Amino acid sequence: MSAHSTAIEVSSKRGVWGGGNEPLKASYGKLMMWFFLLSDIFTFAAFLISYLAIRVSYPTYAGAAETFTGSNEYWPVPELVFEALPFLHGVHAPLIFVGLMTFILIASSVTMVLAVEAGHRNDRADVVKWMLWTLLGGITFLSCQAWEWSHFIHGTEGGSLLTYVNGLGQNVTETVFGANLMVNEYGPAAFAQLFFFITGFHGFHVTIGVFLLFLCFYQAAVGVYDKRGHYEMVEKIGLYWHFVDLVWVFVFTLFYLI
Amino acid sequence: MEIQDTKSTLQVSPRNEEKIKKIWKTALILLAITLAEFVMAFTMDRGILLYSIFIALTIWKAKYIMMEFMHLGDEAKPLFYSIIVPLIFLVWLVITLIKEGSDIFMMRW
Repeated sequence: MSAHSTAIEVSSKRGVWGGGNEPLKASYGKLMMWFFLLSDIFTFAAFLISYLAIRVSYPTYAGAAETFTGSNEYWPVPELVFEALPFLHGVHAPLIFVGLMTFILIASSVTMVLAVEAGHRNDRADVVKWMLWTLLGGITFLSCQAWEWSHFIHGTEGGSLLTYVNGLGQNVTETVFGANLMVNEYGPAAFAQLFFFITGFHGFHVTIGVFLLFLCFYQAAVGVYDKRGHYEMVEKIGLYWHFVDLVWVFVFTLFYLI
Repeated sequence: MEIQDTKSTLQVSPRNEEKIKKIWKTALILLAITLAEFVMAFTMDRGILLYSIFIALTIWKAKYIMMEFMHLGDEAKPLFYSIIVPLIFLVWLVITLIKEGSDIFMMRW
């Protein structure tokens, strides 16, 4: 900025406290997105670290995979719980489906960063192309999660014989199928509760993300960002989407590997 | 929404092949780490060693996502630190709650 164009001369000699500084060198929107994500990191961290604490307070199932049955006494091994595939009933495929979900989400994160790169170059055709791929990845991931939940809730054919305290405060022993917030056939009640809350909260973020991706895709396609003169919105929504991927990386490790 | 002119008025720059190559490279690294975790989940015994490896690898992946995909490394230093430094508290939370969980385990079983 030239010194003649402003009433107040902004000179570098005024130093840090003289005003007119941009210490973070980022736009308002981007800054707020970062600080929102920071607060969201703490929310997810609280969930995931609670999971870890409860997880280590139980012994792990140590028997053979073939004879696995849920119990309040020990924590289930993830590869024995999450081992089903859609359309392939009865096939034992430990963690394959969730591995696929992880791959889809990471892939959509890659296409998102390619859209951001295209946005930096003001290349509308590329932005639209990569946003569409990202959108597709997001919707596929959500569909996979819907199936995963449905399978988790309905459970296996055999179920598990459990002794637990029911909603009326009575001690009951019966065969339990699937999962709800009160009891589940896989392990202690906290296992299903944490599963629903953590993957549910993450899925909720993905759902919002898919809406934002669509908005961004649409606005880029009709030329809103060209008119605006910059593609910063792609970058901001990109930050959010990468965050969703970031959280999933931790959910994957804590829930499906440990 | 009214769009009169959908032709771009902005100058479109050519693709930065080097940047794009780096993005794909990062993607491959993330994939490789995930595959390694997958293999370890089936071949190694469960225990504190495996859990520590998993958490370390996950944080390593998180670093790639934040630095390469979210471009946090390219931001101004004050912004970079204002995001990273608060996360140090989480390290303590992890340590203290794992300790707490193990103590509950000892009392229960």
